[in-house]
Amino acid sequence: MLKLAGLTKRYPTGDLALKGIDLEVPDGQVMALIGPSGAGKSTVIRCVNRLVEPTSGTISLNDTELTTLNQTQLRKARRRMGMIFQEYALVERLSVMENVLSGRLGYVSFWRSWLRKYPQSDIDEAFRLLERVGLDHMVDKRADELSGGQRQRVGICRALIQNPELLLVDEPTASLDPKTSRQIMRLIVELCEERGLAAIVNIHDVLLAQMYSKRIVGLQLGEIVYDGPPNGLTPEVLTSIYGEEDWEATIGKEDEEGGEDAALDVDETQDEDHHGTIPDRDRLAGLT
Amino acid sequence: MASDVAITPRRWKKPPFIKRVWLRWTLALGAALYLAAAFGTTDVNWIRVWEGLPRGQQFLTAFFPPDFVSRWDEIVDGIYESLWMTVTSTVVGIAISIPVGLGAARNLAPAPVYYFCRAILAVSRSFQEIILAIFFVKLFGFGPFAGFVTLSFATIGFYGKLLAEDIEDMDPSQAEAVRATGAGWFQWLNYGVQPQVMPRMIGLGLYRLDINFRESAVVGIVGGGGIGATLNTAFDRYEFDSAAAILLIIIGIVMVVEYTSGYVRKWVQ
Repeated sequence: MLKLAGLTKRYPTGDLALKGIDLEVPDGQVMALIGPSGAGKSTVIRCVNRLVEPTSGTISLNDTELTTLNQTQLRKARRRMGMIFQEYALVERLSVMENVLSGRLGYVSFWRSWLRKYPQSDIDEAFRLLERVGLDHMVDKRADELSGGQRQRVGICRALIQNPELLLVDEPTASLDPKTSRQIMRLIVELCEERGLAAIVNIHDVLLAQMYSKRIVGLQLGEIVYDGPPNGLTPEVLTSIYGEEDWEATIGKEDEEGGEDAALDVDETQDEDHHGTIPDRDRLAGLT
Repeated sequence: MASDVAITPRRWKKPPFIKRVWLRWTLALGAALYLAAAFGTTDVNWIRVWEGLPRGQQFLTAFFPPDFVSRWDEIVDGIYESLWMTVTSTVVGIAISIPVGLGAARNLAPAPVYYFCRAILAVSRSFQEIILAIFFVKLFGFGPFAGFVTLSFATIGFYGKLLAEDIEDMDPSQAEAVRATGAGWFQWLNYGVQPQVMPRMIGLGLYRLDINFRESAVVGIVGGGGIGATLNTAFDRYEFDSAAAILLIIIGIVMVVEYTSGYVRKWVQ
């Protein structure tokens, strides 16, 4: 369970990015965080693992208070939080395997990591994860040789090999085509379900958020303006998040999609059915 | 309707580089005046230039044919000394410049460390190799050790500055991702920073090797040992044919280093 209370961030430039956010994410919940650019979505998740230092407020992950940790404790806490990035943020000149194993850096000594002598259990886990996302035949390829969707899969493996209690996902589909975006979102949701992981997913695409998440939080200028189920996103709500725009088209399109693959009514059983009916080859399509 | 639009076309001109008119003209006029004055007062004695031409020709003909034989042993000693100086000073210089360069990268080091390391780089870069060599020859006496110290010291400024700048230009998101895994500082350096700067730094290391070999010939002339010392002796004895042989050998070695470093740089990219 992740709890944010009164989380505030003021950047040195004076911009107040977050104005006292209160938020709880229970275990196993994939929460989508939507909002316009500059609303503070990235700041929220970067405050959680303190890549950005919060100005005030508290953040606790399974009863560990994160805001007061010293450097060593923070390193230990970061191991428990996997992060998936916009534009993948793989180390481009390292191989796929090295990128995945870098998720274990918090657990192994400097010399082991420097000599690339990871424990066999880590290597087994890396192969297992890469197999799970369909990339086990590319272990020694350099990360910059991969396509966008493949890179994001490696990013997912890097986050999961940390054996995290929480996933922080920052615009995972921002630079992917629509089909790959769906595959990646589906993969993230499936893996979170398998492991009972809580996740915060920052996402621009309202439709994708509605399709793959049961809870949507709308952020606007550093304040939460919506917190509820995906079908509660009416034109009025979207206007309060993003501002005045003709939202009927978005909602209409969403109805079509819903008819097509039944992801709109996010009633739990139906959602699971929906995942169950997707054949593996579809999920792994576009890999080669 | 269409004619209405055509009557008043909006004009557009590229905005001038310097916006203030008076400043623009003052700078242009000032530069023109200074150049005119500088060229006007350059004192060239054309008669002496004319008289010097045949002497220059005599001097050049004295280089031919180059004599590799009569001073061969001294030449070989000088080359060995120079190569030794080049390799050791490059290795030592780079080894020292890595911590200095890390400290001089704004995105890695806290402010006091940053200013301290930048100061080291500034001192190392502010003196040309010959000035350093004169100083170190006075300090350590004649011979290749003074040359080795000179080149090592000069390498720190060169390599440290370029390393620091390369680190400052790296992609922060890759490094951030490694930090987010809970990596320690050295692990973060090894996984998040090093892969991003490595290819360029290998290339620059080879380039510095090349520079250090050429500089080893120069520092020899002021007493730093190596092939430069041999060359200086040859000139002092008016053995221009031996000097020519030495110059040809230097050109040959520089070319070999140049081609191999170019090849290796292409390969590491």
